Amino acid sequence: MSEATLAWRHFRLERRMFWRNPTAAFFSFVLPLLFLGLFGAIAAGDPEQLEIIVPGIAGLSVMATTFNALAHQMTFLRDAGVLKRMHGSPLPGGAYLAGVLGSAATNAAVQIVLVVLAGRFAFDLGWPANWLVLVVFLVLGVACFASLGVAFSYVIPNFDAAPAYTNIVFLPVIFISGVFYDVDNVPAFLRDIADALPLVHVIDGFSAAFVTGAGLDSLLSDLAVVGLWTAFGVWYAIRGFRWDVGGG
Amino acid sequence: MTSATPAILVRDLHKRYGDHEAVRGISFEVAAGEVFGLLGPNGAGKTTTVEILEGFRERSGGIVSVLGLDPQAGARDLRPRIGIVLQSCGIYRHIKVHEAVEYWAGLYPHPRDVDEVVEIVGLTEKRDALARTLSGGQARRLDLALALVGDPELIFLDEPTTGFDPAARRAAWSTVRRLQELGKTVLLTTHYLDEAQALCDRVAIVMDGRVLAEGPPATLGPAGTRYRVSWRDEAGTLQEREERDPTALLHQLTSAALARGEALTDLSVSRPSLEDVYLELTAEAPQEQRS
Repeated sequence: MSEATLAWRHFRLERRMFWRNPTAAFFSFVLPLLFLGLFGAIAAGDPEQLEIIVPGIAGLSVMATTFNALAHQMTFLRDAGVLKRMHGSPLPGGAYLAGVLGSAATNAAVQIVLVVLAGRFAFDLGWPANWLVLVVFLVLGVACFASLGVAFSYVIPNFDAAPAYTNIVFLPVIFISGVFYDVDNVPAFLRDIADALPLVHVIDGFSAAFVTGAGLDSLLSDLAVVGLWTAFGVWYAIRGFRWDVGGG
Repeated sequence: MTSATPAILVRDLHKRYGDHEAVRGISFEVAAGEVFGLLGPNGAGKTTTVEILEGFRERSGGIVSVLGLDPQAGARDLRPRIGIVLQSCGIYRHIKVHEAVEYWAGLYPHPRDVDEVVEIVGLTEKRDALARTLSGGQARRLDLALALVGDPELIFLDEPTTGFDPAARRAAWSTVRRLQELGKTVLLTTHYLDEAQALCDRVAIVMDGRVLAEGPPATLGPAGTRYRVSWRDEAGTLQEREERDPTALLHQLTSAALARGEALTDLSVSRPSLEDVYLELTAEAPQEQRS
């Protein structure tokens, strides 16, 4: 069988496993939508607020479905010995990872579709103003946070520690990156930190896509920062990869 | 040609982790169709050796050939031809037993029938159960099913029955014997002596990264084929003697007893069990650097 067939087969297995695990499905799917519903309800009728929250939740969704989900999952797969078992089978490592990453990317894409539909039908924001920018930032955001999630799993010592490790990154980042409010209201030193991290720039892209309709040419610095983090994530994800917990 | 080449050849294998040398010059050969056991206490270097053969670890020195390939360089070609039961390895928690076996079957060029494999390992009643609901012994049997479904020529079993109840162990043993009947080569590690004695054509006793003794279970040990004869003498004391050939001693004892017209009480003639050999060998070996 070709590697593409094997990757597809593994992707389908990952999808089935995802839906069979209610906890994973909840944190990746329901939580971002719950935030969208709650903050949307609070800001209902205030288009200015909604124009901040909808792109913000889109960014949060991408990070939750890729960075958080993969940091958890890779830690589990490593600790439970699933990676090692896979390594002992004829399944090529690339096909295996493609299946795992593809599944996370699917979750991110479905989330964005749901946010788009909510923006149009629940919050009356209309359809996204720039579809091309939406797709570009979705793809780049997924690549960035997925690779960083895999890389971050190498830092997490064991599966029990995974929720604490991911939340200590995820929660502060979403708060300083203007998911729930305009970044202009954040103190300068926090803004500087947020500006150095990728989420704020992914949200900038989504903001252009959903609201202003600004083109890619006005988002070059955002693309550059997200691109640099992606390069770092991919490099570290490949370099630090291990099939098992310890030994040599 | 294949019958002449050993399935596994290990020559002067060394593995070093930092300052600690886990494997210090292990050599053995396993012929095709043979069940070979690596027997030894925890930390002896069994798993390290097996994981080098499986291509999981790189060796620090020595020669290794598995089905004619070097597992370090030829892992890719080796994988479809070997089945592996690791000492501990997990699986997706929400996968069903038959789904897992089916998925694994799809990774191999010539898999066995899925239902048949599920039946061989005795999980037919659990075929629709999620992996996370299986007991320890059932999960181990699923491990075995995944190792067998690709119909490999060579199967590695790293402590396949640790934690099994006696009935499950017997069932696992009969599965290994079925593999042997099918002409498969099996390399197993165990610290159960009865398991090695029951299953293995040959065993190597490993301790502190070295092979202390090697051979068919019945012929092992420095005591060789010595017999231990014990009996109660006329005075009522228990006597014991070891003899390479007990014929003369037995003749002497029985004729003396007949002459006295008494029964020869508490007579026993025994060969050292694998356990005796093992305990003797592992007690003699230097106890340095056990970790």
